[in-house]
Amino acid sequence: MPVMFFMATMVLYLVGTALFLAYLLRRTEALSKVSLVITGIGFLAHTVALLTRMMGVDHVPLPSIHEAMSFFSWALVLVFLIVEVRHRIHVLGSFILPLALISLLSAAALPKEVPTLEPVLKTVWLHVTLSVLGTVGFAVAFVAGIMYLIQDGLLKSKRFNVLYAKLPPLDYLDRLNQQSIVMGFPLLTLGIITGALSAEFARGSYLNWNPEQLWALVTWVFYFAVLLGRLTVGWRAKRAAYLTIIGFAGVILTFLGVVLKGHGPVG
Amino acid sequence: MDRWAEPPGCAQDMNIIAVGISHKTAPIEVREKLAVPESRLGEALRRLCAYPGIKEGVLLSTCNRVEVYAVVEDVDAGYARVQEFLADTHLSLSSEQLTPHLYWLTNERAIGHLFRVAASLDSMIVGEPQILGQLKDAFEAALTHKTSSVILNKLVKKAISVAKRVRTETKIAETAVSVSYAAVELAKKIFSNLSEKTVLLVGAGEMAKLAAKHLVKNGVRRVMITTRNPQGALDLAEQFNGVSIPFDDFRREMAEADIVLCSTGASHYLIRAEDVQQAVRRRMNRPIFLIDISVPRNIEPAVKDIDNAFLFDIDDLETRVEQNLEERRREAAKAEHMIEEEVGGILDWLKSLDVTPTIVALRKRAEEIKQAEVDKAMGRLGDLSPQERSAVEGLASAIVNKMLHGSLVTLKAEANSASSAMFVEAAKRFYNLDSVPSERGETMPAVSEPDLEREPSGQDR
Repeated sequence: MPVMFFMATMVLYLVGTALFLAYLLRRTEALSKVSLVITGIGFLAHTVALLTRMMGVDHVPLPSIHEAMSFFSWALVLVFLIVEVRHRIHVLGSFILPLALISLLSAAALPKEVPTLEPVLKTVWLHVTLSVLGTVGFAVAFVAGIMYLIQDGLLKSKRFNVLYAKLPPLDYLDRLNQQSIVMGFPLLTLGIITGALSAEFARGSYLNWNPEQLWALVTWVFYFAVLLGRLTVGWRAKRAAYLTIIGFAGVILTFLGVVLKGHGPVG
Repeated sequence: MDRWAEPPGCAQDMNIIAVGISHKTAPIEVREKLAVPESRLGEALRRLCAYPGIKEGVLLSTCNRVEVYAVVEDVDAGYARVQEFLADTHLSLSSEQLTPHLYWLTNERAIGHLFRVAASLDSMIVGEPQILGQLKDAFEAALTHKTSSVILNKLVKKAISVAKRVRTETKIAETAVSVSYAAVELAKKIFSNLSEKTVLLVGAGEMAKLAAKHLVKNGVRRVMITTRNPQGALDLAEQFNGVSIPFDDFRREMAEADIVLCSTGASHYLIRAEDVQQAVRRRMNRPIFLIDISVPRNIEPAVKDIDNAFLFDIDDLETRVEQNLEERRREAAKAEHMIEEEVGGILDWLKSLDVTPTIVALRKRAEEIKQAEVDKAMGRLGDLSPQERSAVEGLASAIVNKMLHGSLVTLKAEANSASSAMFVEAAKRFYNLDSVPSERGETMPAVSEPDLEREPSGQDR
């Protein structure tokens, strides 16, 4: 049952991505509605897939990378839909949907089972959920950063093409970037704290200095600096865009490190 | 038989013609002579409709066109009358002088032209919104002076609704086509909410003032003004409800401004790259949008390499306008398509218009005959019981209605066919209807204009 919905979600996100990319290159707004509807249906299917898996027979004691990635993809689409409803920025879908699709595809490729090496703790679920939500914030900031740099480049070079027409104003993108980090950062902080607590219960130490934990801390410090820099010395606009793109690249590397090492739970 | 060979849509005794000049056919010297000021519109309309054979008339007079739309019996005679009318509007114009500039259009093409004019497809700036308001004014004048009736009422109202449809369904009027408005359009791509933004106006150049006006209209609340002449700045500050700042200080104040509009007569760079660099630093990297509408330029071109500063000069704005015009032309092609459809619809209506009065007349004639015969019979039969009376009346009604039924059904069915005029003519002859006065004036209700309220005009021009 969950597998069926998961497959349906993949197909729908694939179609949604294709439509949103086509929308980006077309002069008219014509495709925006159908892209949105497909994405919305995909999101519903995704929700059902996640719920049935959580409650279903193949319930796993610990969240696997598969679940984390799938949940990441789901939350990303949720954020997009919220922003879409509030601000009608269709073009955001052209950037977020591909990312959601990629994470869903990697979720499909990753193992669903986890080796249960450590005592099962409820806090691990919390840790994963919070960390993933924090990462979603950084992902949206990353997308906003890319859109910012594109629009900035188009304005600077005075190329008023289809993309220029569709992208929102620069300060909107900068604000989206800021708000995403403002929301993502505390979530990541809580994610790290709960992670440390789980580790303490499981292994008796908050931190055992493995590379993933180290990277998580580096990420945390980085985004703290980004946030602080914006508030104090004006790291906004173009610089904020660059920084959040770099930051998210770091997040992806952490993730890849975890996956390649074949570790189970995130963090 | 010839009259039946006319193209569909023209009833044999009414034709719609359009005669006029526009920016495409006549230079301003001719247009200004023909133009009719609003104060003399009533007199002109009365004069137009006093010509024999002109049943209805609307006169559209703007700085880009002077056109007469009229309903006439005979096309050629109508053309001649209208040309005479136009030549008479100015003493120094002869009818012959006018001929090379005029266009003459009939029926389908006249209607199509009216729709295209209303939709701003025939305008100098395709898509400019003013023409629709001007057409509404012209129509109101014609209504006031009762020179527009059933047909032109319908046509002009349709033209107005077609124009609205074109505006909502195409992007013809969406983009900026003036330099000052292009500045606003660009500002909106940098700032999402202009109402929290501050504009600094440097110098009192006309184009910059116009751009500042547009920015204020689009939400900007705070305006700072500086000019070399302090009094000028004060005057402008009053005009924009803003603050004037001393000319020597404005570079420092620039950090306060989100939008800088520069247009002075200075022959050197008033704003240098380092000024902007400093402003951006003091703005903590908030973007600053600089528009240089001066020739020679007043803002150092190197500003374009500064991060978070966006400099546009007059050439950039003009390029933008040119692109937008190109876009409008593309959209105009879509609009032409819509108009074709709509003209088809209105032609159908015109055709049915001709059948309807015939049906009315036919019914009336039958009713008269029936009533006369019933009265005669009643007189001869003497006293009858109410049942007998109603039986006689019922008999007469039944015969008349059954007799007419086929003809009425046929007339209605043929209303939209190419041969409708032929059927109408046949019905008139068979039933000897020519003596019945035309009912055409009553087939349409008097005009009420809920859709005639004025629209705000979107942009300059």
